[in-house]
Amino acid sequence: MTSYLIRRILSVIPVLFLVSIFVFLLLRLTPGDPAAIIAGDNATPETLARIREAMGLNEPLLTQYVKWMGGILQGDFGRSLISGVPVLDMVAGRIGPSISLAVMTIVITILVAIPMGVIAAWKHRSWVDHLVMSFSVLGFSVPVFLVGYVLLLVFSVKLAWLPPQGYRPLTDGLGPFLERAILPSLTLASIYIALIARMTRAAMLDVLNEDYIRTARAKGVGERRLLFVHALKNAAVPIVTIVGAGFALLISGVVVTETIFNIPGIGRLTVDAVLARDYPVIQALILLTATLYVAVNLLIDLSYPLFDPRIRY
Amino acid sequence: MNHPVTLSLRTGLLASALALAAGGALAQTTVNAVMHSDLRVLDPVITTAHITRDHAYMIYDVLIAQDAQGEMQPQMADFTVSDDGLTYTFTLREGLTFHDGAPVTAADVVASLTRWGKRDTGGQLLMDVTASLTAQDDRTVVWTLSEPFSAFLATVGKPSAVPPFIMPARIAATPPDQAIEEHIGSGPFRFVSEEFQPGVGVTYEKFAEYIPRDEPASGYAGGKVVNVDRVRWMTMADSMTAVNALQSGDIDLIESMPVDLIPLTEGDDAVLVELRSPFGFQTMGRMNFKHPPFDNPQIRRAAMMAMSQEPVLAALMGDPQYYKTCGAIFGCGTPYENTTGTETLTAGGDPEGARALLEEAGYDGTPVVLMQPTDGPTLRAQPVVAAEQLRAAGFTVDMQPMDWQTLVTRRASQAAPADGGWNMFFTNWEISEIANPVINVMLNGRGDQAWFGWPDDPKIEELKQQYIAAKTPEEQKAAAEAIQAHAMETVSYVPLGEYQFPQARRTVLTDMLPTPVPVFWNLTKTEE
Repeated sequence: MTSYLIRRILSVIPVLFLVSIFVFLLLRLTPGDPAAIIAGDNATPETLARIREAMGLNEPLLTQYVKWMGGILQGDFGRSLISGVPVLDMVAGRIGPSISLAVMTIVITILVAIPMGVIAAWKHRSWVDHLVMSFSVLGFSVPVFLVGYVLLLVFSVKLAWLPPQGYRPLTDGLGPFLERAILPSLTLASIYIALIARMTRAAMLDVLNEDYIRTARAKGVGERRLLFVHALKNAAVPIVTIVGAGFALLISGVVVTETIFNIPGIGRLTVDAVLARDYPVIQALILLTATLYVAVNLLIDLSYPLFDPRIRY
Repeated sequence: MNHPVTLSLRTGLLASALALAAGGALAQTTVNAVMHSDLRVLDPVITTAHITRDHAYMIYDVLIAQDAQGEMQPQMADFTVSDDGLTYTFTLREGLTFHDGAPVTAADVVASLTRWGKRDTGGQLLMDVTASLTAQDDRTVVWTLSEPFSAFLATVGKPSAVPPFIMPARIAATPPDQAIEEHIGSGPFRFVSEEFQPGVGVTYEKFAEYIPRDEPASGYAGGKVVNVDRVRWMTMADSMTAVNALQSGDIDLIESMPVDLIPLTEGDDAVLVELRSPFGFQTMGRMNFKHPPFDNPQIRRAAMMAMSQEPVLAALMGDPQYYKTCGAIFGCGTPYENTTGTETLTAGGDPEGARALLEEAGYDGTPVVLMQPTDGPTLRAQPVVAAEQLRAAGFTVDMQPMDWQTLVTRRASQAAPADGGWNMFFTNWEISEIANPVINVMLNGRGDQAWFGWPDDPKIEELKQQYIAAKTPEEQKAAAEAIQAHAMETVSYVPLGEYQFPQARRTVLTDMLPTPVPVFWNLTKTEE
């Protein structure tokens, strides 16, 4: 197990190295000029050239890459080309809202979607199953921004129960945190519930047809225990995989929801950085996202033996 | 008889109640605003971005400032002018301090003006005729010119694009092409650096040591009295979110209200939608003088003749309440308003005349590469309408959609349009940025050193020198008229009319100054 863990962690290094080269080159080949963002609209070409020079953008690509990578190896991800704020500070300020939103969304999703999927599989082809599947199709089909706007319209504008925008950290208290996080989390959860409920149903249907389930029933095991202990545990591997991947996706890219509810998360930071061609910020965010995906996948893999003792590392 | 413990409890409760009441009275007043854009660049000299200028008005002060009548008034300094008009002496007010506690000295002023003069278009022209700029003592700055510069006060006191903001000399020593890293001014608000998050928001605190002038506030001049404790600019990428936040009371002000969302606030007595100032923006098209077909002045004239302002403005804003046709290259309502040469633009265009002119010029059907930014709400409509108008006059138009970042990179390319260059693009200017010949960058005729499009036009440079040398306002006006006539003859650019976004504020905000640049002194906020 330990050697497997070390092997997996070491294998991340070449992956991140390749990602860094790929991202660095791709960004430099994309049209766009951060100097133009800084200088403003009425800068003459001469001024732009001087600013570009001062920013080090005229240096050879290899020199730029070596400087950047050298900084990262010393824990310095550089500063934003546009605002001059250290990249790590920018990311650190945005990661909290993203993680909070992701955790809350996943908790809501698990609490709602897994029972829904289990019950739909248990009541296969009944009206309950059709209801769950209909909700699933709806969840996939309705764009997330529409769900967000409808929730806002009902709960913030019409009923005035919840504030329409913003983020308050948990350190400000559970109440203020929840009242601003609940609508964006529900918005995001709508699509995840649809996905996970469907996945759970499919996995459960496979397991419920297994012989050992029939045996358990014959031995008089109660339906609840049968479903949630015997069957669900065996159906858990694909569900956990999807939940894990969904978590990584939630942290790195929920731009629309962040925009609608004005959540200062990683998604908007990424989009803003791309639009401004803020190279150090984009590069750091992509490395962060790559690391996150690798870490989440590793955690998912490590969790498999909990559900399926046949899997060993 | 009162029990001692009960008495003590009562006394304690009373004391707590008084403390709470006092706390309430001392509660901080914060104005939450969503500005037209997100603040990213903090150096007001390196960039001409409007939001950075607005930020600079919060934390820096200026030597002289424009009042509501457009006259220049003393702000940080009183000033005198020598009889020959060549020497300006500025005397700093007493008691001016920077936010780090250091006094403002003449050396700080000289360093700030020097840095600004290397970067700003008007500042560069002024520095060209500067014989000396020195600190005579701690409070006196003497600025001597080698020849008269009629627009001296208008340039030093201009509110846009880059006003000469005063910062400590050690910060102003930063080369003008490198961004400053400390943000310390002597203005009415202090920048709270630990709360600055690009893309999220920025906070300003009232600078308690700021000493306002005694005169009432007028325009950007007069006493900058701050009546609130904090101002927070919040970034909201979605306008709908901002309107919801305004109606719920989360924010107090939307500086730039999208016109199509105004109906949402109708019937809400707590929200007021209004035009803050009589001046807005001019939208315009710029042609590339280096490559066919627009290297031919006759074809440029044909293109201008083909265009009409009204459809462009209608596509841009929708509601005629917020736009107007205007043929004045220096803006309507400004001292140099003049419409020579733009008659067809404001009268619906003349496609037939344009077609005849094109034939006469021998246009061979060379495609006009027209760049269309698709990600800017105030920039995407103009190319679409202009393309239709040009096609109707017989031009072959190749409209190329792209994001604004790609456009700003591409417009810097002098390559032929077929090799990654361009023929025409559109952008917008605040009226104060184009209001006179010294600051209007489109009137730069210095070829490769000129603004994108690179007109090589010695005549316009000569006319600008006449404006600078003019001794009376009448002479200045006559020179500005000659520049307008020449600029439209050569089609330096195509003015496509003026538009303005209203602001939306909660009615708890009162006494906002009607300035084109939003300023936060003078205003008050009452508790709801």
